[in-house]
Parts: sequence; C-alpha cells; structure tokens
Amino acid sequence: MIRVVLPPHLRKLARVEREVQIEVVGPVTQRTVLDALEARYPVLRGTIRDHVTQQRRPFVRFFACEQDLSHDAPDAPLPEAVATGAEPFMVVGAMAGG
Amino acid sequence: MSAVRVLVGTRKGAFVLRADGKRERWEVSGPHFGGWEMYHLKGSPADPNRLYASQSTSWFGQLIQRSDDGGASWEPVGNAFAYDGPTGTHQSHDGTPHPWAFARVWHLEPSLTDPDMVYAGVEDAALFRSTDGGRTWRELPALRRHESAPGWQPGAGGMCLHTIILDPRHAKRMFVAISSAGAFRTDDGGASWRPINRGLHSEQIPNPDAEVGHCVHRLAMHRSQPQVLFMQKHWDVMRSDDAGESWREVSGNLPSDFGFAIDVHAHEPETIYVVPIKSDSEHYPPEGKLRVYRSRSGGEEWEALTNGLPQRDCYVNVLRDAMAVDGLDPCGVYFGTTGGQVYASADAGDRWTAIVRDLPAVLSVEVQTLP
Repeated sequence: MIRVVLPPHLRKLARVEREVQIEVVGPVTQRTVLDALEARYPVLRGTIRDHVTQQRRPFVRFFACEQDLSHDAPDAPLPEAVATGAEPFMVVGAMAGG
Repeated sequence: MSAVRVLVGTRKGAFVLRADGKRERWEVSGPHFGGWEMYHLKGSPADPNRLYASQSTSWFGQLIQRSDDGGASWEPVGNAFAYDGPTGTHQSHDGTPHPWAFARVWHLEPSLTDPDMVYAGVEDAALFRSTDGGRTWRELPALRRHESAPGWQPGAGGMCLHTIILDPRHAKRMFVAISSAGAFRTDDGGASWRPINRGLHSEQIPNPDAEVGHCVHRLAMHRSQPQVLFMQKHWDVMRSDDAGESWREVSGNLPSDFGFAIDVHAHEPETIYVVPIKSDSEHYPPEGKLRVYRSRSGGEEWEALTNGLPQRDCYVNVLRDAMAVDGLDPCGVYFGTTGGQVYASADAGDRWTAIVRDLPAVLSVEVQTLP
C-alpha cells in the first residue's frame, strides 16, 4: 500500500484523516499515485493537478523521504521507500501567503 | 411569516445569515468552507433550497458546492471547466497574445425556472452552463469566439466574466459583462453574441468610444422592465432603455461615479442604489464616509443614505457582487464590505444596521426571500 499525506484543506474535502492508504498497480510514480488517489476520492480531481493539463497546480508540492519531488517527471519512479509504504508521499500546500 | 436568507461569500469562507421578515434578529451560520475564497453563492429562483457556491483557492483550484437544503449541508459537485476546443488567445497586460486559461468561477447564475440549470461566469472570460445541478459543465463557446475576443485585455482583477443576467421575458436573451471587454448580449441562448457598449466612454482606452474594451463593473435589471439596464462602469453610472443598444450616463450629482456595485429596488424599477468609491486608485469611499446613494428617478438625481453607516474614518470597499435586495415590502437592501461588515436596511435604505461585522473581506452578498 502507498501512504499519501494530504494537506488540511484536502483532508476536509475528501473527509479523511491526515494519511490515506491506496493501492497502486504497476510502477509507482507521481502519476500512478495521483491517478489512484483521485479514483478513490473523485472530489480531489482538479485540486492537485489541473483538470485539463494534468500538471501539478503551481502552489502544490510533492515531498517524500525528505526530498522535494515537485519538479520530477510525473512518470519517474518514486523512491523505493514510498513504493514499499515505509515512507509517505506528501502532498503539500506551498507556503505562499494568504 | 416570511423570512430572508443572506448568502455571504468572503475571502476565507461562506456565511449564511437568517432572519424573519422583520429583519431585526439575525442568526449567523459559518464559516462554511473555512479558508477558501467564496467568490459567489446564489440560490435557485425555482427552488430556494437549491444553492450553488463557488469555492476556490490559489492552491487547490476550483470547486463548486451545492446544497439542497438551504445551506444546512453541502455537496461538492463538478469542477471540470474545460474550454470548448482550441482556446485561442486574448491580450495580456503587456499586449502580447495569451492563451485562455481557466482561473476561477466569479459568478453563478441559476436558471429562473430549472433548479438543475446554472450558468457560471469564469476567469479567463467565458460562460459555462450546467444542466445537471452542477455535476458537469459545458462552455457556451460563441462568446469566447467573438471576433473581438483576441483583443480583450484583463482588468486589474483578471479577465473575468462577472455578471450574468437572464431576461425573464425572453428565455433566450442573456446579458453578460466582462472586465475589461464590456457588456454583451445574446438573443439566441448563447449561440451568438454582440457587444452592447454604444454610448460608453472610457478615457483609459485608446479609442474612448470603442466597441469593446470598456471596464464594466456590474449590470443590474428589474424583472418588470428587462429592456432597462443599469451599469456601474469603472467610471460612470450608465443607463440603457433599449436592452443595451445604447447607453447614457446618469451619474448626476454623485460625489464619485467610480464604484463596483449597483442594484435595483425590488418593487420600484426606477429606484437604484450605488456605493460611490473615491477613484480607481483609491478603493474606498470619498471623505472616509460610507454612503449608499439612491436614485428614485432611474439615475441623475441621487440622495445620500447615511443613517447607521460610518461617516468618518471608513476606508472599506464594496465589491461588484456584494450588494443585493430582498423581495419583502418594504424592500430590504444589503451590502458587504472588504472590512467584513454586512449592512442591511429593512426600509429601502433609509436606516442601516451592521447585521454582522468582522468577517473576512466580503466578496459577494445574495439574498433569498423565503415564504
């Protein structure tokens, strides 16, 4: 199981706790994790990635294993520790005022 | 006994205020969707328990919320706003072509007859419609494909479609306004559009009398005379007696004809309200006095309404969607400020009370009159 940590606004929207667990079939990448997350919680569609372009929204960041993976390619493999469930994949709202 | 429900959108959540027909004691519910920008909430005229709300943040984008019980509970519905076909370009602030890109929903306008039909005015300027209660959205693309659109430029707040008025007598006639392209009308349900800006004069554009490019801030109409439109423009309060074919200025004796909000009395189609703002660079009331101005003659002659409003050291703004009227007699008038107050008058503007204060900056105010 893949562990995903969501920011407070999205937890409330999806009505979940801080961390959710999802199953990913095949390679574990940003795209496959987010596809699985959105399939399980359809209300999150468009909140992390743009509906049309499927690009990460500008003020959303992806962290894991103390690394900022936000600028990695969506199809690049995530760290092994994320794939095994040892570490969570973190969706983070950027520090950007407001 | 009748009642009113005031739907307030703010920079950090939504609030629902309720009172009976006396409009003296108010219950405040909220914040709903705390921390999110609530650009607009509006109820269906065909089913007052059906509410729609635009919820967004720069972080997590756009959501549409729907309530089927008058705001007691909410359900997120569809949030996929995809432009129809190639987007084309409009002008950016520096004059270069900029592809249309969806930013947010500024305004939701439910159908007058069908609770499941609702229009959405969005930034970058376009008009969308849902016929399934907000679950799916389709653009009415003819507006964005208007021949003038490649020359449209955003106003300071973005290139937003912020006003949608449905004609109660002609089902296929609709009016919209875009900052800063101007006002447009369709007579065929959105299949085609034309600018309706003749008579507008804007010194801020190279050709002050151009067909498009005017920064229209808000339009208002009384349902009993849909051929009469009122407009608060960037500068100038305007009036049209021919469904927008031509406009004439009715600013008259206003202390400033800059402003955002404008509305019409529920029972007197020639009584209109504006809140003058000092200037386009000083978004606060002239002299630090918060005054609603009322004209009982459809413009030109205005009287200041000050009873109960702060008359010194007041530097708030009243945004374009932040004024509304109820349908009771006497007519109630409501407006919200960027300082977080919602003021109400239960006597058509003669006396005002802050029915709630210290909210986040108010973006929109709508009122429902309930049986």
